[in-house]
Amino acid sequence: MSAARPSVPVSPKDARIAVKPRLRRFHQARWDEKLIFELGSPGERGVLIPAPDPQVAAEVGDPAAALPTALRRTVPPALPELSQNQVLRHYLRLSQENLGADLNIDVGQGTCTMKYSPKVNDQFVRDPRIAELHPRQHEDTVQGVLEIVHRLEGLLAEISGMDRVTLQPGAGSAAIYTNVAMIRAYFAAKGDPERDEIITTIFSHPSNAACAKTAGFKVITLHPDADGYPDIEALKAAVGPRTAALLITNPEDTGIYNPRIEEFVRIVHEAGGLCSYDQANANGILGITRARDAGFDLCHFNLHKTFSTPHACGGPAAGACGVTEELAPFLPRPTVAYDGSRYTLDDDRPDSVGKMRPFYGVVPNLVRAYAWIMALGAEGLREAAEIAVLNNNYLMHQVLKIRGVSMPYAAGRPRVEQARYSWEQLHADTGLHSEDLGLRAADFGTHYWTSHHPYVVPEPMTLEPTESYSRADLDEYAAILAEVAREAYEDPETVRTAPHRSTVHRVKEDSLEDPATWAVTWRAYRRKVLGA
Amino acid sequence: MTPPRIGLVVNPVAGLGGRVGLKGSDGRDVQARALAMGAVPQAGERAAAALAELRGRGADCELLTAGGEMGAHAAQAAGWSTRTVYTPGPDSGPEDTVAAVRALRAEGVGLVLFAGGDGTARDVLDGLGQDRVMDGRPLPALGIPTGVKMHSAVFAVTPRAAGETAAAWAGGGGQARLRLRAAEVMDRDEEALRRGELTARLYGWLTVPDLPARIQQRKSGAPAADPAATGGIAAELAALIPAGAPLILGPGSTTHAVAAALGADVALTGVNAIALRDGTATVLARDAATADLEVLIRQGPPPCIALSPIGGQGFLLGRGNQQISPALLRAAGRDRLLVLCTEAKLAALGGRPLLADTGDPVLNAALGGYLPVITGRGSTSPYRLTS
Amino acid sequence: MAERRPYIHPYIPNSVPTVRKSMLDAIGAADVEDFYADIPDAIRLKRPLDLPVPLHSEAELTRHVEGLLSRNTSTRQLLSFLGAGCYQHHVPAVVDEVVNRSEFLTAYAGEPYEDHGRFQALWEYQSLMAELLETDVVNVPVYDGFQATATALRMAARATGLTRLVVATAIDPDKLSKVADYVRPGHELVVVPVDPATGRADLAAVREGLDGGDVAALYAESPSYTGLIDPALAQLGEIAHAADALYVVGCNPLSLGVLAPPSAYGADITCGDIQPLGIHMSFGGGNAGFIATRDDEDLVAEYPSRLFGLVPTAVEGEFGFGDVAYGRTSFAIREEGKEWVGTAAALHGIAAGVYLSLMGPQGMREIGETILANTAYARGRLADVPGIEVPDPDAVHFADFPIRLTGSLTAERVSEELLRRGILGGTPLADSRALLFCVTEVHTRTDIDRLADTLKEIAQ
Repeated sequence: MSAARPSVPVSPKDARIAVKPRLRRFHQARWDEKLIFELGSPGERGVLIPAPDPQVAAEVGDPAAALPTALRRTVPPALPELSQNQVLRHYLRLSQENLGADLNIDVGQGTCTMKYSPKVNDQFVRDPRIAELHPRQHEDTVQGVLEIVHRLEGLLAEISGMDRVTLQPGAGSAAIYTNVAMIRAYFAAKGDPERDEIITTIFSHPSNAACAKTAGFKVITLHPDADGYPDIEALKAAVGPRTAALLITNPEDTGIYNPRIEEFVRIVHEAGGLCSYDQANANGILGITRARDAGFDLCHFNLHKTFSTPHACGGPAAGACGVTEELAPFLPRPTVAYDGSRYTLDDDRPDSVGKMRPFYGVVPNLVRAYAWIMALGAEGLREAAEIAVLNNNYLMHQVLKIRGVSMPYAAGRPRVEQARYSWEQLHADTGLHSEDLGLRAADFGTHYWTSHHPYVVPEPMTLEPTESYSRADLDEYAAILAEVAREAYEDPETVRTAPHRSTVHRVKEDSLEDPATWAVTWRAYRRKVLGA
Repeated sequence: MTPPRIGLVVNPVAGLGGRVGLKGSDGRDVQARALAMGAVPQAGERAAAALAELRGRGADCELLTAGGEMGAHAAQAAGWSTRTVYTPGPDSGPEDTVAAVRALRAEGVGLVLFAGGDGTARDVLDGLGQDRVMDGRPLPALGIPTGVKMHSAVFAVTPRAAGETAAAWAGGGGQARLRLRAAEVMDRDEEALRRGELTARLYGWLTVPDLPARIQQRKSGAPAADPAATGGIAAELAALIPAGAPLILGPGSTTHAVAAALGADVALTGVNAIALRDGTATVLARDAATADLEVLIRQGPPPCIALSPIGGQGFLLGRGNQQISPALLRAAGRDRLLVLCTEAKLAALGGRPLLADTGDPVLNAALGGYLPVITGRGSTSPYRLTS
Repeated sequence: MAERRPYIHPYIPNSVPTVRKSMLDAIGAADVEDFYADIPDAIRLKRPLDLPVPLHSEAELTRHVEGLLSRNTSTRQLLSFLGAGCYQHHVPAVVDEVVNRSEFLTAYAGEPYEDHGRFQALWEYQSLMAELLETDVVNVPVYDGFQATATALRMAARATGLTRLVVATAIDPDKLSKVADYVRPGHELVVVPVDPATGRADLAAVREGLDGGDVAALYAESPSYTGLIDPALAQLGEIAHAADALYVVGCNPLSLGVLAPPSAYGADITCGDIQPLGIHMSFGGGNAGFIATRDDEDLVAEYPSRLFGLVPTAVEGEFGFGDVAYGRTSFAIREEGKEWVGTAAALHGIAAGVYLSLMGPQGMREIGETILANTAYARGRLADVPGIEVPDPDAVHFADFPIRLTGSLTAERVSEELLRRGILGGTPLADSRALLFCVTEVHTRTDIDRLADTLKEIAQ
């Protein structure tokens, strides 16, 4: 082995790499990429399509000629025309102008459980024996995927304590809706359709209230008491012969676990209502406590949160609903049945709420969730929960040292898997809003989210570190927040005008609210703004 | 295009009483006492903070002020060069605020910023005239909070927030897409207060620009549309009221909007009574006094009373709506007392209860407890009412 | 061999005991149990979850999943003629390359600054669909085509203030089940039976159904559940408008290179499923829904979904994105919003956008032509099979088409016999003697001939 030596010797000192600064000098990719409509030129092709077989063409001619003119396309759609390479490059550039959870310390999207989505699980679902399965195939040809669905139902039944599970809902809110639909069907079947009120809390996800309303229920919303717990006296005042159900999250989006949850359930049961548990925030309590053990009749999980399936820019996700035996007849159809040797789809369910989505759910995400649980097992699930909670309380400990931030409600109590902070003091001192700080945090390659509306906690920030991040990651995240807060006090202008190192600068939002200027599509933009 | 004009008037003695434990600063003798007790004027400083915020946000606007401590000093402190349009005498008082506001208006300002408390807000109201809400082209005003008493709903949360809102107003060339809303000017009866009685009056309404909380990061960047579910609340109300029963509506922007949604044109500042029959609203009494209302309910079915909390304090009864007497409340009964409030406004109470001060302790106690607050169509929140 | 302890899972860095301990020390907590102090003992799980023995290593996990996958036989291995709501098309490699990028696959809810690329890709999806549909407004995808139809009908009801909804063309019974559930509160859903012989809309009955003047929406599909392009689609629009109802049309967007977009023949709201646009079937996991309308303020106000908009930024010449009219959504105003909005199927929208970018106007026309030709050819070949009748031979079908068995065979039996011969095909219809078949651009003449020959063999 021989290596050429430089003629001038280099001192080892010169070869030492520089120590990285404590905060990264992040800059988001900025390709200044045009809109796709401005690219390409007429005649270019991205893909070619098989032409009809000559014999086929000769035999059938132009079938569309048999249609009335009004039903035939006469003007081709004004789609762009691009070569394959250009399409690829355009979208890869757009992909780089994104902060996926695989790239950043994604602890700032509270309530969304941005945990690591294992890559091996993605490989499974790209296999043609998942990707190229048609949902109407004969059962004999899909025994493997039916087994996965059936097994996952069983795993989630054990994790929730429920008797039966459906995996049909397309995401978390669809699962809430499915539970509400089952509640409606249950009381209709009992001959008790007068129960038309659903109770929820202001710190539960807005979809609880919105799905109940969509399904025709009246909505009663409980506000927190002075300590931030749902007001149990308000619940007592709310329940009655019209109560259909309580839809509640626990821990709520504040990260506060409601220690009187059994009492809540009891009060609603005594009034003749059902209790449905929104387990969007289940990540800290896997193997610690279960929906059924607290007396719930229904629950749901978001598989893209707690069970690791990727968030995919906002779906496809997957939802799972768990119910007691009493509610099982109302589950969406079909259900997967197993007779000890063969899996079948049972579509003959007269009391079912029917279809909630085409076919059987977002199957690739069911496969991923199944694989995730199988990789961890009971011990691993509990470890994930404990570390998620440890990480949250550790991050909280670091964040609360920062000037201007506080933690309203339940003073001195631990939080479970997430925490809702308030920048109210910093706002009073500097005039800056939590949103401003969030946009400045983007300059350091991180993101954080405030809260749902209305803001009950003023100037909110909701962080959920999950089990996926190391201590060093959490320290880095806290250091970024500390730096942003320092800037807010010492150099507020920098924060107010952030982001500076993102792909784009602050957008002018006014035009989004004005029908004369909003542009949902290129077509609308051409007409309204370009006048073409 | 000429930049929009903003007028500033500072009540230099606003807030004097607070720091030394007096319950207000109105009246020259109270101010003298406060100064003697070591109070330091803070209104100018707080006004300057608002103006610094306005400047920091790069607002392109012209600032017109009253002279000296009534505005010019604060403006200079915040780095503004301004034009003085009114010069007060050496010992300024409420009449100077009124006169300064009139002078600003005459100069064509599009927004009046004033630093003070409830007393100052009343003076601004006097200066602008009572007609400005109803005349179709309201001149907006916004309070920089510096007073001791701030029962009125015309103040920004902090001085900086006042500056931020003014900047947003100016940022749109004075035509910004900021919503304008009618906000209550309330004040306590000072003399009665020092006798140990707590009473407050609704004096009228100012038009204030409203910078809604930005809905953000949620998943992107647009301002929140007003969740004023007043249409939904009106529909809910219409379903609840027995046909022909008198519906007494308390004052408040929510109740006014609800009445409008029901098709009734009622007085904004007073207590009104309407009846609903077959989807049509009939006005039974506008801006009614207690006696009118008590006569009204003598015949026919028991009344319903619909109220919205007033100001930021959560007062439901006894502030600005004393016309609704204990006798009326008893005639309606607790079940027909309907509370209207948007979910956002309820959330803004931060868990503090709704307050009732009917002047009748027995009635207060009887009304107390959880009431179903109507927040929209088919939406309620059980919420606590205490005295 | 010694047991490997402690067990540190690769997904959970801080489970290293010394790290765990150091973090507890930093907080001043003795044990993780401290953080669970608010959970009452009575509802604590006092035993480990009863789950299968975990497969800790990737190697073991892969082996296990492979065992399960090997019990599936995909449409790559068998010749499939299945459609009826989920379609086998070629997915261009570039589509997979893009949607499998970590940056897209694992992004979620960042600001328009952090996730400019996500916003642009989805806005472009809306825009590309808009060109295809000839509408100015298209939403960020909803869960699936069923949801899109259900929401489109409720939008029509809100926009008109009316509650009757009339279905004019053949509809998937599963879709009808979803829609019926979804519109139950406060709406009346009326299905006008189609002509049993042809599957075409019964115009007289539809007119009668709209007589009362109280109809919010008339709903039709192009193609219908049985693949029929009903020649009366434009007339149905006229009937709807004459009765002051909105015309809501569900369509297969892949057909729009050759078929007119519904907006061109009167649709006020267009809806459907984008799975055919470059999204793998994935046993039903590839479905995603779209809703499109003209740019009418009152209709826009009725969308529950997110609508991304193009906007200028603080820097001259730069563009960014944001949410249009956000205040109508449940994110902004909870239950006072329109239905609800939540995580749905955004990445499928990006896939469809990439697909349409690759296809261009020519690709869309060509694929439509090939599918129309293959469908017509297949109908002709199957019509020649003894014991099989292809109803309404003059009708135009796109991809899906029904056949009727005239002999003693049942639909179920035919499916099973086909499978025995390596063919997936025939979705049984409500009539136990009728089945749906489907062909697309992936089928060759030989494939179709093989289906016909096999059916002949089965029939004998």
